[in-house]
Amino acid sequence: MEKKIRVLVAKPGLDGHDRGAKVVARALRDAGFEVVYTGLRQTPEQIAEAALQEDVNVVAMSILSGAHGHLFPKVVDLIREKGMDDVLIIGGGVIPETDIPALKEAGVAEVFTPGTPTGDVVNFIKEHVKL
Amino acid sequence: MNIAEELLKGNRLALSRAITAIENEYDEATDIMKKLYPHTGHAYVLGITGPPGAGKSTLTDKIAREYRKQGKTVGIVAVDPTSPFTGGAILGDRIRMNGLTLDEGVFIRSMGTRGSLGGLSHKTADAVKAMDAFGKDIIIVETVGVGQSEVDIVKAADTTVVVLIPGMGDDIQAIKAGILEIGDLYCINKSDLDGADKLVREINMMLDLDSFMTDWRPPITKVVASQNEGISDLLATVEKHRDYIEKNGQLTARRTKRTRDEMLDILRSNIGAYIKGRIVDSGRLDAYVEKIRKRETDPYTVVGSVMKEMLR
Repeated sequence: MEKKIRVLVAKPGLDGHDRGAKVVARALRDAGFEVVYTGLRQTPEQIAEAALQEDVNVVAMSILSGAHGHLFPKVVDLIREKGMDDVLIIGGGVIPETDIPALKEAGVAEVFTPGTPTGDVVNFIKEHVKL
Repeated sequence: MNIAEELLKGNRLALSRAITAIENEYDEATDIMKKLYPHTGHAYVLGITGPPGAGKSTLTDKIAREYRKQGKTVGIVAVDPTSPFTGGAILGDRIRMNGLTLDEGVFIRSMGTRGSLGGLSHKTADAVKAMDAFGKDIIIVETVGVGQSEVDIVKAADTTVVVLIPGMGDDIQAIKAGILEIGDLYCINKSDLDGADKLVREINMMLDLDSFMTDWRPPITKVVASQNEGISDLLATVEKHRDYIEKNGQLTARRTKRTRDEMLDILRSNIGAYIKGRIVDSGRLDAYVEKIRKRETDPYTVVGSVMKEMLR
């Protein structure tokens, strides 16, 4: 029996910049994870439902529009409502340092800002994922 | 959570967990399958295959919408390749199907091939069964982008649609063996591009030369999936094929063959696991190999005596 780490990489909100999400998706693939990539402009409802159907262990979201304060906590709530208590939820993008404590308070396990080596994301997932 | 019971009650998270258990070969997977099996056999399985970039995911999205208009529920299993080097995968088929995510009548699951070379994963058929037991009317199985010889889909699907696009090669490509032999239906996607009619002619020529042709000649349907053009025509031919194989007994024959193949597969993999447990893990294999290397014995003699010992 083989437990493979499955990660949903999603872009909530309306900005169209998915370069970062794709770079992270690729790094996670190379780390041996199965990465479900859902693309741009996802609503929190879509992200939570895709996470359920794909039974992922991790949801990784990227936002560059500034709407993280609203959208990240919303996704956390919806995922928990669906009974997926173990899913590790992480975020990334251009997010001011001052916003990060509130996001963590809301249930986002970690927030990765520009310049983070992709290896850090991989290691964080390996250390914190619940299989 | 009792996964099988919850799944049969219509709990989507349970369906999702069941597929994970199947895919990862958890110990409880066999028990889950035992409980689900009596509830399977009701869904119609439609296979979608074709080369990378042919538009399989976009087509799957449009087909699913059309079935939803008819009031049918839809399960989708979308397979993408697993890296042979890292075991990782990018499963990107959902990108084309995001509009279906919030429809409760649709359930989409992405799977990596995880070492299987036939265009599906080893566990695709069991994932289909889980969706079948869940009560989906139609299950669409989308293969990885195939080359010429990944034809496992015919074993898994009741009707197989081969999706092709103009401009992929000359008429010699069309007479080669492999995926061009397996279509119950052919679908020319992106048929607004140059060369679509030429491709139709080439497939027709290939079919003209088919010496095994039954009285079902695979129809060729031109579509432009991204514009939702031709989808209802395509589904009409799927219905025709379904009707044809239901009436002439071929559907039963296909499913019987599938059951037989599945049983042999399970038997083979269980025997394999048993032998691995007894020979490989105990270190006996290495000892045998060493003896064979020194030519003190040979593989055929060793296998003969191992078989005698195990199957007593």
